[in-house]
Amino acid sequence: MTYEEVLALPPFGVAREEKQAMLKEELLHLTQYHQAHCAPYARMMDTVGFSPRRVGRAEDIPFLPVRLFKEMELCSVTKEAVFKTMTSSGTTGQQVSKIFLDRETATNQQKTLVRIVSDWTGRSRMPMLIIDCPSVVRNRAMFSARGAGILGFSIFGRKKLYALNDAMELQTDAIRAFLAEHAGERILIFGFTFMVWQHFCKALKAAGERLPLENAVLIHGGGWKKLAAKAVSPAAFRAALQEVCGAVEVADYYGMVEQTGCIYLECEHGHLHASTYSDVIVRRAADFSPAPFGERGIIEVVSLLPKSYPGHALLTEDEGIVLGEDDCPCGRKGKYFKVVGRLKHAELRGCSDTYAAAFK
Amino acid sequence: MTDLEKYTNVFTELFAKSADEVKKLHYQDILEWDSVGHMTLISSLEEAFDIMMETDDIIDFESYEKGIEILKKYGVSFDA
Repeated sequence: MTYEEVLALPPFGVAREEKQAMLKEELLHLTQYHQAHCAPYARMMDTVGFSPRRVGRAEDIPFLPVRLFKEMELCSVTKEAVFKTMTSSGTTGQQVSKIFLDRETATNQQKTLVRIVSDWTGRSRMPMLIIDCPSVVRNRAMFSARGAGILGFSIFGRKKLYALNDAMELQTDAIRAFLAEHAGERILIFGFTFMVWQHFCKALKAAGERLPLENAVLIHGGGWKKLAAKAVSPAAFRAALQEVCGAVEVADYYGMVEQTGCIYLECEHGHLHASTYSDVIVRRAADFSPAPFGERGIIEVVSLLPKSYPGHALLTEDEGIVLGEDDCPCGRKGKYFKVVGRLKHAELRGCSDTYAAAFK
Repeated sequence: MTDLEKYTNVFTELFAKSADEVKKLHYQDILEWDSVGHMTLISSLEEAFDIMMETDDIIDFESYEKGIEILKKYGVSFDA
């Protein structure tokens, strides 16, 4: 199958048997593709004794620790074909991941994001409030994960307003004018979790302001660790938000720069959902064997998207639990799961967490 | 001003190139038409023609030429 054909499948409409068969087949192709096009990857596959014959299911595809993209430059296209290099948002002193994109993979990332998010937002584009400052996308030469996230989501916005100025101050008057101009329309709000908390939620509360956002959907992501450290739970986050902007719909998402495009969005039942184009496998820390549903372990993410770099099977530094497959009450097919935290000793990292490091 | 002129003007103003130059442009050919420039281009075109494009069309909009084809779907007329 070409990735075009994969993407033509409904994002949340392929049941287990068909999906797992497709994943195994396509992940195997990707593994062999990267073996042929990325010499360091090929050596790793030799070292682990990879043999296509021993792959009976998607779980048998060798995974790379996500950290490897910080330590090595892994690329499956020629240098000339790379047209964008994405980096994770590392703070000073931390190493950043480097992800090499050619046109094909970059375009597929955007297309995939559209397929997944449209399932939540519908096909029409909405007035969009971005909880960040305009300068985050201004430096085009250095594209952080934060800028890339905002830009990727910008496609869902019609008119856009940055809610903060470059001094990170909430522009309440401009927001009120924007909301008045779009009265009666559904509004999309996008931002990184820590930004939304620190510069939107808390800023509104401190100013004693309330915004009429009953008819809005807020999509946020980028890490909970910093808020967890402040003892802000997802439920408290949601409650605080609704206190300052009414019964706004809130959806968290899980995703990482190493697999941009394939994000996992939270449904109304609080479950993160894997789309047709990617999957999650939870592994036991003791021996990396796949854990049964309901058991806590290390999250591996697999995706059929990465072609310009060997990032199709990655072991993250997050812990989670797969809750079930194909039977979430929201009706979406595929696995659903939750993230329970970061592995101990893993570096503090994540788009919003990196920024949060400056707020200690 | 014809719609074609209006369309070309959006490109020339945004990318600071001549009309002849923009007619050959593809996405990512020049620094200005990167992913940030792309979203600005789309907003400018939507404003100029008072239309709202679908996400798929925004992704497929990969050149000046291709854009003409896409905008026809939204009732923009490029006939001389």
